[in-house]
Amino acid sequence: MNEIIVITSGKGGVGKTTSTANIGAALANFGKKVVLIDADIGLRNLDVVLGLENRIVYNLVDVIDGNCKLKQALIRDKRFEGLFLLPAAQSKDKNDVSPEQMKVICKELSEEFDYVLIDCPAGIEQGFKNAIAGATSGIVVTTPEVSAIRDADRIIGLLEANELSNPKLLINRLKQNMVKDGNMMSIADIKEILAIELIGYVPDDENVVISTNRGEPLIKENNSVASQAYINITKRILGEDIPLMEVETERNVFRKFKKLFKLK
Amino acid sequence: MNISHLISKKTESSSLAKDRLKLILIHDRVNCSPDLMERIKSDIISVLSKYISFENDEIEISMINSISEEINNKNPVICANIPINKIKK
Repeated sequence: MNEIIVITSGKGGVGKTTSTANIGAALANFGKKVVLIDADIGLRNLDVVLGLENRIVYNLVDVIDGNCKLKQALIRDKRFEGLFLLPAAQSKDKNDVSPEQMKVICKELSEEFDYVLIDCPAGIEQGFKNAIAGATSGIVVTTPEVSAIRDADRIIGLLEANELSNPKLLINRLKQNMVKDGNMMSIADIKEILAIELIGYVPDDENVVISTNRGEPLIKENNSVASQAYINITKRILGEDIPLMEVETERNVFRKFKKLFKLK
Repeated sequence: MNISHLISKKTESSSLAKDRLKLILIHDRVNCSPDLMERIKSDIISVLSKYISFENDEIEISMINSISEEINNKNPVICANIPINKIKK
C-alpha cells in the first residue's frame, strides 16, 4: 500500500492547508501521482488555496452517499501533472462522515496514487477522527507559539494513541530575526519540548499570502524561501537526506554588517 | 541580541515562553487539573501537620519534570518544599 499522510495541527490557522497544497504540488512535480483529500467538511479551503474552486462538481460526501463514483469526484490539477483533489462538501457537516467510510476511501485511493495527503480540520473532535482514520503516517504542523505548540503536543498524544506512531513535525512561520533576538522559540527549543522527529521548517514568507491570493501553489514559482522549504520537506518525504536550510534574508545580511561596525 | 536588550536586561521572551510551555505540558500530559493539585496539597498538609508544625504559606507543592538520570523516564514528579518549624512531640 502507498503512503497515506494526514497533515494535522490541533490549532487552526497554523498552515495545514497551505502545507498540504504545497507538499502535494511538489510531490507531483517530482513525478509522483498524488491525491489531496480535504477532510474539513463544512469549512473547505484546500480548493481555494489550489485555485480549483470553480471546477468542483462532486465532493467527498457525494462519494460516501453514492451520488457519484470516487473517480468522478476527483479534480485534476492541469498545472501539475499527476495532482488531484478530492474536495470536501461545503453544505454538510463533520458528522455526515464516519471514520470507517474515510478508511474505505483512503484505501481505494492509495491503490491508485503514490501519495494520499489528507488536510485535517482544526480541533480534536469528529473531523479529526475522520481525517486520521485512514492514514498510515502523520505530519504535525505548528508555529513557534505557546498555544500552537501546546495543541501540537496534544495531537501527537492522540495520534500515538490511534496507532499513528512517529508523527513528523513541521514548524511553520519561523522568523529567524526574532529567534536571534531571543523573542521567538527556536527549532531546537520546539524539538526539545515536543520530542518528535523534524521533517522541516518553513520561514515566515509574504509569498505564502501572495500565492494564496492567486490560488497558485508556491512551488509553481520556485524562487521564494518558503517554496524552497516546501521542496526540501517534500524531498525528505521521498526519503532523501536533505540538511536544514540556512535562511539568509536581506535583513540578516544587514544585521551582520551592523554587528561588524557597531557591536562587537 | 540587540542594543535595547543590553540596556533593559529584560528576560528574553522566548525562554519565558519555553518555561511556561514546559509547565503547561507537564499538567496537560498527566491530565492533572489545578483543583486536583489543590486537593493533593491540602491532604499532604493535613497529614504532615500531625507530626510537624510549619507555616502554611511557606509550603510549595508542585509538579515538575523528572530530573532523574534515566533518559527514558519522562514522567513528571510531585515536588514538595516544606520548611519545618519544629517537630511535634
